[in-house]
Amino acid sequence: MIEIHGVKKRFGQQVVLDGVDFVVQDGETVALLGPSGTGKSVLLKHIVGLIRQDSGVVKVDGKEVARLKREELRALRSTIGYVFQNGALFDSMTVFENIRLGITDEAKYRDMEYCRERVAKCIALVNLAPETADKYPAQLSGGMRKRVGISRAIAGSPKYLLYDEPTSGLDPVNSDIIDDLVKSLATELGVTSIMVTHDVRGAFRVADRLALLTSGRIVQQGTPKEFMASTVPEVREFLERDFGNITFAA
Amino acid sequence: MTATTFDLRRPAGRFVLGALAHIGRLSLLVAEMIRGLSEVRIWFPLAMTEAWKVGVGSIPIILLVAGFAGAVTALQTGYQFSGNIPYYVAGSLIVESVVLELGPVLTGLILAGRIGARYAAELGTMRVTEQIDALETLGRSPASHLIVPRVLAGLVMIPALTVIANVTGIISGWVAVQAVLPVTDYDFTYGARFFWRPFDAYYSVIKGFSFAVCITVTSCYFGFSTEQGAEGVGKSTTGAVVASCVMILLLDTLLAKLLLH
Repeated sequence: MIEIHGVKKRFGQQVVLDGVDFVVQDGETVALLGPSGTGKSVLLKHIVGLIRQDSGVVKVDGKEVARLKREELRALRSTIGYVFQNGALFDSMTVFENIRLGITDEAKYRDMEYCRERVAKCIALVNLAPETADKYPAQLSGGMRKRVGISRAIAGSPKYLLYDEPTSGLDPVNSDIIDDLVKSLATELGVTSIMVTHDVRGAFRVADRLALLTSGRIVQQGTPKEFMASTVPEVREFLERDFGNITFAA
Repeated sequence: MTATTFDLRRPAGRFVLGALAHIGRLSLLVAEMIRGLSEVRIWFPLAMTEAWKVGVGSIPIILLVAGFAGAVTALQTGYQFSGNIPYYVAGSLIVESVVLELGPVLTGLILAGRIGARYAAELGTMRVTEQIDALETLGRSPASHLIVPRVLAGLVMIPALTVIANVTGIISGWVAVQAVLPVTDYDFTYGARFFWRPFDAYYSVIKGFSFAVCITVTSCYFGFSTEQGAEGVGKSTTGAVVASCVMILLLDTLLAKLLLH
């Protein structure tokens, strides 16, 4: 379970998170929505301990992330797969080497036979061709890079998967492919997922629960049905764009 | 008068705070690096690759610069020679100039540009494209994967390149001086040995090693603390090269005072 209570974070004078309360139960897929620059990715980075909050508590499996010692944090991170917005693939390494780095168990990481099998399985899970393994990130399209990023995140069989804008910059068809992938991974691997996105349509397709982060706070959270029925002005405004009436330019 | 004093205090205070913040972050990075040394299995193969890239890749530019430096020193020696100075002194002058100063300092400055810029740009790009964050989320130490191999490769290769620069400078100086003065091979080698102390060679390597510490640690620090996209990478790269060059010149003076007097 991931628990976030009263988390505040500011960068210089800019308040990014202003008392966020947010809980994700085991096995859930939660979409964290919000306009650009509202601190969705910052919140996600608190969960893996890449950023420390100014105040408040972030707990994963009951452990307070900010209080963990180096080795404890390393152990916690091995249970979390993080999918970065632009893949964050190591460009000097092949796809195989990138995904292999995701195998967090040192003994398994050193076993090349296991690594070959595991990487091949992860590549197949994200619907990429086996020969992709020998390519470098620069030789891949944006959608393929995102899928390799997901492959790397699942290579260590994590308990949690955190997606940072997995569909941003992709065309609708590729966005749907990634959304389906997020959904199928949650079902097949039984992982708990948090997906940061501003793609409302995708969030409704994938998530069991949604939360809207604006002005540094969660203003609404609930099931897709509860979300659709919400009367909170920020939620209405956010949903309007995707589910409102289309006005044609000409 | 009061207003002027007030205006000066603020930027001075900001400068001091900024400098202290840099020192603090640099110390943390060095501590991380020392901790990363325990993961030999990770950094050793990466350090070998890095050493090959920065070492072998730098040989042509080092040969070129040291060759010309030795030749110019010889030609200027010829220009300044008057009739009553024995010719063998040319050998002493060229060898000592190259080994004590030109070899290590020119190598340091050239490699501050070549290796320092490369390290800062590589790490800076990795920082802004979240590759360093990705390593951390995978439970891996960025220090043992990225910093230790680069620093160790530099610490081994820069002193080695300094020795290559010294030998090249001496040979080119030897050849060039014979074009402007009637110095025989015997005069040159006699002069070279006349003022030679084995400590001169150690001093040259000590300088090379000290410059290597400056270049590698500074450039890794600048690269690692890059912020804000492509502009940030540019800033870090320039900062790394300028800071390394200034530190090399300061260390050059400091080492001369400490070790030669």
